Amino acid sequence: MTAPVLDIAVRHRLGDFQLDAAFQSQGRLTALFGTSGSGKTSLVNVIGGLIRPQAGHVRVEGEALLDTARGVFLPKHRRRIGYVFQEARLFPHLTVRQNLLFGHWFVPHAVRKPAELDKVLELLGIGHLLKRRPGALSGGEKQRVAIGRALLTQPRLLLMDEPLAALDEARKAEILPHIERLRDEVGIPIVYVSHSLAEVARLATTVAIVDAGRIAGCGPTAEILARVDLASRPGAPEASSVLSAAVTGFDEAFGLARLATPAGELAIARGALRPGQQLRVRIMASDVMLSLAPPEGTSALNALPGRVAEIGERTGEGGSTVHLRLDCGDANLIVRLTAKSVASLSLSVGKPVYAIIKSVSVETP
Amino acid sequence: MSHWLTPEEWTAVRLSLIVATTATLASLPLGLVVALLLARGRFWGKSLLDAAVHLPLIMPPVVTGYLLLIGFGRRGPIGQFLYDWFGIVLSFRWTGAALACGVMGFPLMVRAIRLSIEAVDRKLEAAAGTLGANPLWVFLVVTLPLCVPGILAGMILCFAKAMGEFGATITFVSNIPGETQTLPSAIYTFTQVPGGETGAMRLTIISIAISVAALFLSEWMARLVGRRIAVE
Repeated sequence: MTAPVLDIAVRHRLGDFQLDAAFQSQGRLTALFGTSGSGKTSLVNVIGGLIRPQAGHVRVEGEALLDTARGVFLPKHRRRIGYVFQEARLFPHLTVRQNLLFGHWFVPHAVRKPAELDKVLELLGIGHLLKRRPGALSGGEKQRVAIGRALLTQPRLLLMDEPLAALDEARKAEILPHIERLRDEVGIPIVYVSHSLAEVARLATTVAIVDAGRIAGCGPTAEILARVDLASRPGAPEASSVLSAAVTGFDEAFGLARLATPAGELAIARGALRPGQQLRVRIMASDVMLSLAPPEGTSALNALPGRVAEIGERTGEGGSTVHLRLDCGDANLIVRLTAKSVASLSLSVGKPVYAIIKSVSVETP
Repeated sequence: MSHWLTPEEWTAVRLSLIVATTATLASLPLGLVVALLLARGRFWGKSLLDAAVHLPLIMPPVVTGYLLLIGFGRRGPIGQFLYDWFGIVLSFRWTGAALACGVMGFPLMVRAIRLSIEAVDRKLEAAAGTLGANPLWVFLVVTLPLCVPGILAGMILCFAKAMGEFGATITFVSNIPGETQTLPSAIYTFTQVPGGETGAMRLTIISIAISVAALFLSEWMARLVGRRIAVE
């Protein structure tokens, strides 16, 4: 059995805040997902060596960077972990080129790959910025340079701490495809901190939910985001189902695209989709209605047959809300209903239902 | 220049420039270290060091000069050691004038550098660390370059102070023409003799010119550097 990409267990007290987190990940992009102040950044700082925790271990592909039991603590400059900060942190006194090559200088000659710069420039589309200074870059450009700078250290792991949080929607849209290419083409495992469900659903292969310094759950993205018990926690972000999808055809007359997903066929607005394109779609739990009979006379385009697989606890104010998990084809669909609806439909585990989907968002165009 | 200054006056001007430059350059390494200790260090006696550095600023210059005379004179404990081991004599020499000027300018230099070190964003240093730079490299390629405006300002302040230093210098190394008679001492001498007004005025004008030139130079350099490291 090969060692997991990332294996963490740490305990650390910061004032009143107690970080007590443990998880393992095999994913190419592991998202640490949680609200502000949940301890996500502290956790990546532990991985990156910016915080020395009181107890625990951090192993990357089997190598211990930190193991308090054995007295191992590798300082940050010897960890070979790239770190992309929320505020880019480019060096203002250096040009973009010097910023990019900053970490490259510290890579030992024996393992340094000289052709790397061109690859990174191409990957991030920043070749035209080389002579500029950070002060003359837009927020999106700065963040891309920061990513390139981290990549050029030839890291074994890339940490990204809310790299898009300080950017507007247009800049986010400019950077997201680059992060996807990074995930799919470069082969460096990424730990990505975010409080944005949309980013996590789009990018992550593995999700660890961070809640008050603990890991509430960790596993494949679709599974974690659709977990009834996690969705039922107070203050949890809204649950959603993430489905992989392929474009199978178009309904030209109405401008729709047909998608094949493990849960069944969906029709969505065509937009800029191409035939055969692979993508991810996300269905919010509150965008699904249930019907006991095949729906007729509704405006909804998408209705998938399925069975109730799990019914969660009553949550929300006065226990008004219930999360349910459906088995739809080969996938799970998470649904949020009022407790009253659950009672009036007398839903129980195993009962066949139809999921009427009001809206589908495309996470990977 | 030399045909409207008497040779003695010219000597005083030249000596002052040499003394001030030497004082500034010689204080710089120690000034950097002390500024770094005060800005970043956490150790017992830090406030004591801070007070000791600032002492020449608050004591009467004559007192500083007298303490230097006691410590660094030929019979003084440090002066004797320097003479016995290295053959260095400071009292009544231009090197002693440089020492006195350096001591007087030191607090100003440390203050300016310390403030600039404290203003450096620690987050940038952390970022440099994650990029593989060890603490020494971080200091050399991130902290130090970002402090350059403060270092320049500290050097100019020290230089200006050294150009104008009078009390400590005259107490420690006296007022020997050609050896320790700097601009202020020369002006003072002119005012003590009948008919010395024109000489004093000429040196005063030169003194003002040098100060203004130093100020402009520092402004220009600060702007040059400031443009390069414009903060995001």
